[in-house]
Amino acid sequence: MSNFMIIGQYVPVDSFIHRLDPRTKIIIIFFFVIFVFFANNVWSYGLLTVFTFITILTTKVPFRFILKGLTPVWFLILFTMLLHIFLTKEGPVVFELFTLEIHLGGIMKGLVISLRFMLLVAMTILLTLTTTPIDITDAIEKLLNPLKKVKFPVHELALMMSISLRFIPTLMQETDKISKAQSSRGVDFRTGPIKERIKAIIPLLIPLFVSAFKRAEELAMAMEARGYRGGEGRTKLRELSFHRNDYVSFIIFAVVIVILMIVRN
Amino acid sequence: MDITFENVSYTYQKNTPFEHKALENISFHIPKRSFVAIIGHTGSGKSTLIQHLNGLLIPTEGKVTIGEYELTKEKKPENMKALRSKVGIVFQYPEHQLFEETVEKDIAFGPKNFGLDDATIEKRIKEVLPKVGLSEELLSRSPFDLSGGQMRRVAIAGVLASKPSVYVLDEPTAGLDPRGQKEIMDMFYELHHEEKATTILVTHNMEDALKYADYIIILNKGKKYMEGTSEEIFKHEEALHNVHLKVPQSIQFIKQFNERFQTDIPLKKHSLEELAEKIVKSIRSKTDE
Repeated sequence: MSNFMIIGQYVPVDSFIHRLDPRTKIIIIFFFVIFVFFANNVWSYGLLTVFTFITILTTKVPFRFILKGLTPVWFLILFTMLLHIFLTKEGPVVFELFTLEIHLGGIMKGLVISLRFMLLVAMTILLTLTTTPIDITDAIEKLLNPLKKVKFPVHELALMMSISLRFIPTLMQETDKISKAQSSRGVDFRTGPIKERIKAIIPLLIPLFVSAFKRAEELAMAMEARGYRGGEGRTKLRELSFHRNDYVSFIIFAVVIVILMIVRN
Repeated sequence: MDITFENVSYTYQKNTPFEHKALENISFHIPKRSFVAIIGHTGSGKSTLIQHLNGLLIPTEGKVTIGEYELTKEKKPENMKALRSKVGIVFQYPEHQLFEETVEKDIAFGPKNFGLDDATIEKRIKEVLPKVGLSEELLSRSPFDLSGGQMRRVAIAGVLASKPSVYVLDEPTAGLDPRGQKEIMDMFYELHHEEKATTILVTHNMEDALKYADYIIILNKGKKYMEGTSEEIFKHEEALHNVHLKVPQSIQFIKQFNERFQTDIPLKKHSLEELAEKIVKSIRSKTDE
């Protein structure tokens, strides 16, 4: 148990979006990401923003989780916005100070790019907020299945993904535990000069690596003991299958895309 | 140091869908120099509780007082390090915290952080080693080359070397062989008396609680379920059963003996000889009547 909250961590509520087949969500988000770049006027951006908002509302995930998901990219958004404002020389000048000129075109472009960023991040973060990691890997395995024909190790890739995802919470717990143990031995992770704080990480990292290696070895042994031999002929406990809701979602999304292509110029 | 909990509650990840109340309105007082056992099942809040004892967690409600240090949501001590040097926690599987190149450096790690000078630390290491049953030859070895039991002892030595006045032991013997368990517990018991320390033992083993503690606090689902001396606690066998705790074998024996022979031998810790003597005495007095 810990007080960490991972950005984009699955939020267990029940909603239309939560119940969708993970493949549906991945496919729709994939195409959404592409079509965001097709938007080029107020109407098309408005349409995509409304679509994103409605999707967010449908997930029933509290809004602050999505805002929290945006935190790591705020800086990037702000930075590109400023770059555009200062460097794009299009349209009439709205502000002038010595050699610095700010053009209307720059402001517009900055706003548009930031909006695009936010839409992309909000939409992709919805995937992890509404889908368990296991579902995501299952879906990716299924979607990449055709690549097996060209000898691409799809199953192994999916297994690697699910193992790493599975062990993120374990490692977080372990980190929490060891940092508490070392704090009790007088390590100060939070205050003091930077050099000291970097040094303070060593007593945390070494035990963490030691236990991670031990764990990997034990896992490999346990898998072998249970006769694991890779994906060949292996059946699944939960087969993914498309339902009515998935088809409904695809149709709604298709309609949105068609409207988008019509309203853009 | 006296330890007091006043209406302490702790909630993990407050205001999220993952919110989890680990402690609810807990109050108790542990006078200095006492040996207290905190008992409860997995998920009863034991581990959360002990993290309040050196400020790793700050109560979301209520107040924790340890000696002169007060911990509340609004106010925590400025010198947390000083508190942590006085409260030594032996966590579950403490060997996981070892990281230094040599055993000696690892034992010295805590005391060094608390600002002791090298000469004092060296002296402490020499004192502590025989207590935990390690030989000085091991000092230059890497802690990762040792056996599990030896690693545990090194980790415990690291806590002892800071000479805390409160020992907090979170299932210190989990995963050891029976002999190792007894050695470690006896060592802590001796230390408790020798150094006039306050000791808090977290366990789910009733036998250990009976054997070492003068006072028992039972937690269930984050709430205080019962507290008292072993005599007071073990009277309520039914209540213990309700939270899946068993009365120790020796107590069960005394209980059944008392019922069968209408005697009143107290339900507390006896050595084998003491108990035999009491049984003989009580039966004699019966037959004399």
